[in-house]
Amino acid sequence: MTTTAVPAAAKPRNALEVRNLNFFYGKFQGLKNVSMDIAEHKVTAFIGPSGCGKSTLLRTLNRMYSLYPGQRAEGQINFYGENILEPRQDLNLLRARIGMVFQKPTPFPMSIYDNIAFGVKLYENLGKSEMDDRVEWALTKAALWGEVKDKLHQSGLSLSGGQQQRLCIARSVAVKPSVLLLDEPTSALDPISTGKVEELVHELKSDYTIAIVTHNMQQAARCSDFTAYMYLGELIEFGETEQIFFKPQRTETEDYITGRFG
Amino acid sequence: MDFNHQLYRRRRRANAVGLTLSMGAMVLGLAVLLWILGVLFSNGLAALDGNLFTQDTPAPGTEGGGLRNAIVGSLMMVGLTVLVATPVGILAGIYLCEYGDRSKTAELTRFVTDIMLSAPSIVLGLFVYAVAVATVGNFSGLAGSLALSLIAVPVVVRTTENMLRLVPGSLREAAFALGAPRWKVSLMVTLRAAKSGVITGLLLAVARISGETAPMLFTALNNQFFSTDMTRPMANLPVVIFQFAMSPYDNWIRLAWAGALLITLAVLLLNILARVFFREKASS
Repeated sequence: MTTTAVPAAAKPRNALEVRNLNFFYGKFQGLKNVSMDIAEHKVTAFIGPSGCGKSTLLRTLNRMYSLYPGQRAEGQINFYGENILEPRQDLNLLRARIGMVFQKPTPFPMSIYDNIAFGVKLYENLGKSEMDDRVEWALTKAALWGEVKDKLHQSGLSLSGGQQQRLCIARSVAVKPSVLLLDEPTSALDPISTGKVEELVHELKSDYTIAIVTHNMQQAARCSDFTAYMYLGELIEFGETEQIFFKPQRTETEDYITGRFG
Repeated sequence: MDFNHQLYRRRRRANAVGLTLSMGAMVLGLAVLLWILGVLFSNGLAALDGNLFTQDTPAPGTEGGGLRNAIVGSLMMVGLTVLVATPVGILAGIYLCEYGDRSKTAELTRFVTDIMLSAPSIVLGLFVYAVAVATVGNFSGLAGSLALSLIAVPVVVRTTENMLRLVPGSLREAAFALGAPRWKVSLMVTLRAAKSGVITGLLLAVARISGETAPMLFTALNNQFFSTDMTRPMANLPVVIFQFAMSPYDNWIRLAWAGALLITLAVLLLNILARVFFREKASS
């Protein structure tokens, strides 16, 4: 296949394979012929200046854009071999398998417990004790259990910003998706909460495939295995994170990473 | 910088004039309101007694009497209206914000709703008279509720839609991102987030309809006797006030004042409740 493939040194399975993806906001083209692989159980970071299309790319991976008329994608995104851009794709089911966490924490206006249970109840029929276990499991995964175990029935809105974001991660993890998309998950958080979320990303990758959009290059360097540098809707360079940061092949990438641009 | 004293003095004068005018307007408005409330309370409080809630409206020429039949009739008709207007209004509001958005159907619905909002209530009463009273052959509490519903539903539709629009899109996206179907996102996440605003809208709609008189004249009319049969003419506070206030009997006039005070207090209470709900929303 004539695409930007994952380097031969690490050849895990691909969870997602993006092929010749073009994306349009009405007449404006947001992504130009993007092709890349997102390896299973690895962290793939998308970096680039504002408006480069990294969030757009992330939002095609769970078809979030389909909520908005006028936005459309062309090309292929294969999710374990199944093209999710097909019109007959069941979007609700797809989104249960490819979870997403957003830039700003978005707890639902309900209790901490119900925030987690909401997504689980959509596709699973659990008894009370099984649900309790699942809630504890998800909150533990998100390193939040210790802080909230005595107030599970308080509103999710009563938590601090960093806790709210971890609650949102727990909520996504609870439905046991195979891929987690993180759209600048720490940009609204303080450094300590950011550190916790980054640790979490590291923990989670043994079970989940993770794609993360970030403005913070140190973050990409710290917690990703692969990095994609994007600019003006194009994928400029994609490879192992070490290689992108220490031996970038393209001068544009180097300029961005060394801070001469962007 | 050259400080222009003349310009500064002119601005101060303009400010003083503007402030005086707006204070004057405020005092005038407040004075009229207090005057109305003063007259209402002095006449109404004098007419309040225990019989108000235990006796029915008196026949011409008889002494005493109360408003029991009118209070119960009003509560039943307003209650039925709330039962109708709440689901219809909220579901239509959800349609406009979450489903229809900019579709032709939604635009048309919004347009019709706006017309209904500003339509004189006597027109709505006349309409219900034509379709639900003239055809059936008698005035009825049901027709009264129907007329009130036509007034309340548009209020609920628009406040629901407006409150749902205030819910950030990111919250919807977060729910969709878990794989939730649209109806669950709308009912369990968005509507819940807008809950206090929607309740405020409902309370204001109830406040709006509880004093409506014109449509009642054509629909429920009035009933001198206690009745809970909604297929028959039904007593209600606004029409009782209308008839009794213009009567030559002293006890009737007193009852009209008492009724007016009751309605005002109820509306005041609803408005305060609405504010409390809305404040809760702002603080959460």
